[in-house]
Amino acid sequence: MCGTTGLSVCLDAQRFIKLNAVCGIVFLLLGGVAALLLALTRWQTVHLLPVDWFYRLLTFHGINMLILWILFFEVAILTFTCTTPLNARLFSRKIAWASFGMMLTGAVMVDYIILAGQADVMMTSYLPLLAHPLFYLGIILVAVGTLIGVFNFFATLYVAKRDRAYEGSLPIVTFGALAAAIIAVVTLLHGAVVMIPTFTYAMGWTAQPDPAWYRLIWWGLGHQSQQVNVCAMVAVWYLLSHITVGARPINEAVCRTAFVLYVLFINLASAHHLLVDPGVGAAWKIWNTSYAMYLAVLASMVHGFTVPAGVELAMREKGYTRGIFGWVTALPWKNPAFSGTALSLVIFGFLGGITGVTLGTQQINIIAHNTLRIPGHFHVTVVGGTTLAFMALAYYVIPLIFQRDFICRGVARVQPWLFGFGIVLLAFGMSFAGTMGVPRRSWDIDAQGVYGPAAHLWLGVLGIGGILAFTGLLLFALLCVGTLFFGPKIEGRAMADWGTPPALAGSQPGSLANDHYATKGTIVLTLTFLACFAVYYFANWKALADVWPVR
Amino acid sequence: MSLRPLTTPWFHGPAGHEKIWLGCAILWCFVMSLMMPYWHFRGKQNSTGEAYTVRPVDFLARTEKFVASNRVGTFKNPIANALMQELPIAEPPAGGDAYLMGRMWQWYPALRLRQGETYRLHLSSLDLQHGFSLQPLNMNFQVLPGYDHVLTLTPTSKGEFTIVCNEFCGAGHHAMTGKIFVE
Repeated sequence: MCGTTGLSVCLDAQRFIKLNAVCGIVFLLLGGVAALLLALTRWQTVHLLPVDWFYRLLTFHGINMLILWILFFEVAILTFTCTTPLNARLFSRKIAWASFGMMLTGAVMVDYIILAGQADVMMTSYLPLLAHPLFYLGIILVAVGTLIGVFNFFATLYVAKRDRAYEGSLPIVTFGALAAAIIAVVTLLHGAVVMIPTFTYAMGWTAQPDPAWYRLIWWGLGHQSQQVNVCAMVAVWYLLSHITVGARPINEAVCRTAFVLYVLFINLASAHHLLVDPGVGAAWKIWNTSYAMYLAVLASMVHGFTVPAGVELAMREKGYTRGIFGWVTALPWKNPAFSGTALSLVIFGFLGGITGVTLGTQQINIIAHNTLRIPGHFHVTVVGGTTLAFMALAYYVIPLIFQRDFICRGVARVQPWLFGFGIVLLAFGMSFAGTMGVPRRSWDIDAQGVYGPAAHLWLGVLGIGGILAFTGLLLFALLCVGTLFFGPKIEGRAMADWGTPPALAGSQPGSLANDHYATKGTIVLTLTFLACFAVYYFANWKALADVWPVR
Repeated sequence: MSLRPLTTPWFHGPAGHEKIWLGCAILWCFVMSLMMPYWHFRGKQNSTGEAYTVRPVDFLARTEKFVASNRVGTFKNPIANALMQELPIAEPPAGGDAYLMGRMWQWYPALRLRQGETYRLHLSSLDLQHGFSLQPLNMNFQVLPGYDHVLTLTPTSKGEFTIVCNEFCGAGHHAMTGKIFVE
């Protein structure tokens, strides 16, 4: 039983939450150092790294950020959501150790072989590029280790249900984590299907797999693993908006349906990377890139409404009822968990979502494929969205799990803003340079002789954004590590409050439960979002119409 | 609530603002779903993925034959220290086939095309994956070894265009360029 929250905490689960979260943050820091060096190289005026180390660290950055940090932290989230909210015990300590051990061994193996210069193949390791066999083996170990961890999650849910550890339906946070876990299984199976024959080829045992086949299956791993993030991030939005302002989903049925839409349709997005590939036809590309009929996009738009609507309703019930946006100014913007969640939602939706759907439009991809527009998109989804949401979560998880309050709380209040601003600047730099045709994954843009001062300017913006975002990341890591060692101990008292809006006099919780037209601010915000979306989307069609006819 | 199991019935249909938003979102998804098929039939820029299996040695032979019978000049690169110093320029017949081969680290040969004519441009790679990126137009297509990727292309603007490689292909990747001249 936790003396701070009154929630029951499984001690085994707590140990693995700690282990996985700390490992995740270490890999985040490693990937972040690489990110800074890369940003300072793409800033053409600075051009820091030599060519071999640029591609080496680019591979290292991708693996550490997109695979290691995210997977370790996700296992921590899964472990939390299947135990504490359900009043349940972790299914098996041994299985959790096996999972953690395999993941860590694989992670160290991959990082070592990359830094040793034996795997300069980018995260995607497109065949016929070939890395040292240990690179593939490491990824296989991480994937299988994660699968085992996910199995432990499913088994815990099953046992909790069977033994009636809880009454009723899963809470929305666990439901979201369950959706993420299901997508993770499909993702990791793709990983096994593509990585095992590549590993045996690297060992010289089998023939080379076909490069087009490799791309198709690899993206079943590469793109879908990011959809696991989306799912986990949305679950974190629901969790943190509840903790920080007392929000609840305005309609559980709609939220849950949206998660089911993710599970059913989000895997089609592997096609996003094959839109200008040879060998796959237009009908295949159109159907798959649209997630059937944009049903997974619909799911994101549902969450993009439900989360702020839940917050607005909670604020109005607390008595902040002035005008359409009166509740917005009263929100706890100095609470890093809240500001992190809000920024994550806005950055993910307005920037990441709009660019993602547009770039993933089959024909528009012709003017975007493999340019810096693509990393410009996924840095605002995976970093400005998922990573920022996970950081926000840490401001509650670390005090509760390690029983220590944060050090330097003033710095913590600024951290999400600094990180979010840096990432937005970085993504703008990338996106605009990309519209001018600057390729991603390229060490230099002067050798081609086609990129002018404007492209160089946007790469400078990328560099400055990178420095700011790295500073935010470094602050986060220092705050977390510092808190583990020097944070004031909690020991049974309440954790220090980050700030939650108090209920005003005369307000009544639940008073708006049946008022379906109370979320005026949210509907205005979401309709504004839709207008921005439409403008950006059709502007890109216009840009496409200006290039040479091709079919 | 978000964190505790639900014990009360929770199945309600959407209502009020949520219903309005759902309606708008579904409508927008529908618009986007229709745009791609519409553009496929009425728009002029599409990636149909037309491709044929080809062995790299065969593609090399076809490209060399194409250059031998269509050569119209030599391109000398004005950029000092460029990996590609000199390239033959080949001009395919109007409506005919042109071959462009990616290899570490050049696009071979340089092409001369006529404005307003349509060509079948064959793209393939002899070694790794490459990215065909036509600048400053910013048109991008993927090039794979073993696949003859055919683009049916109509240049509508005159001038000198540079092909940049935008798929990572080793240490010389950033300097892998080629040329298309449109007259």
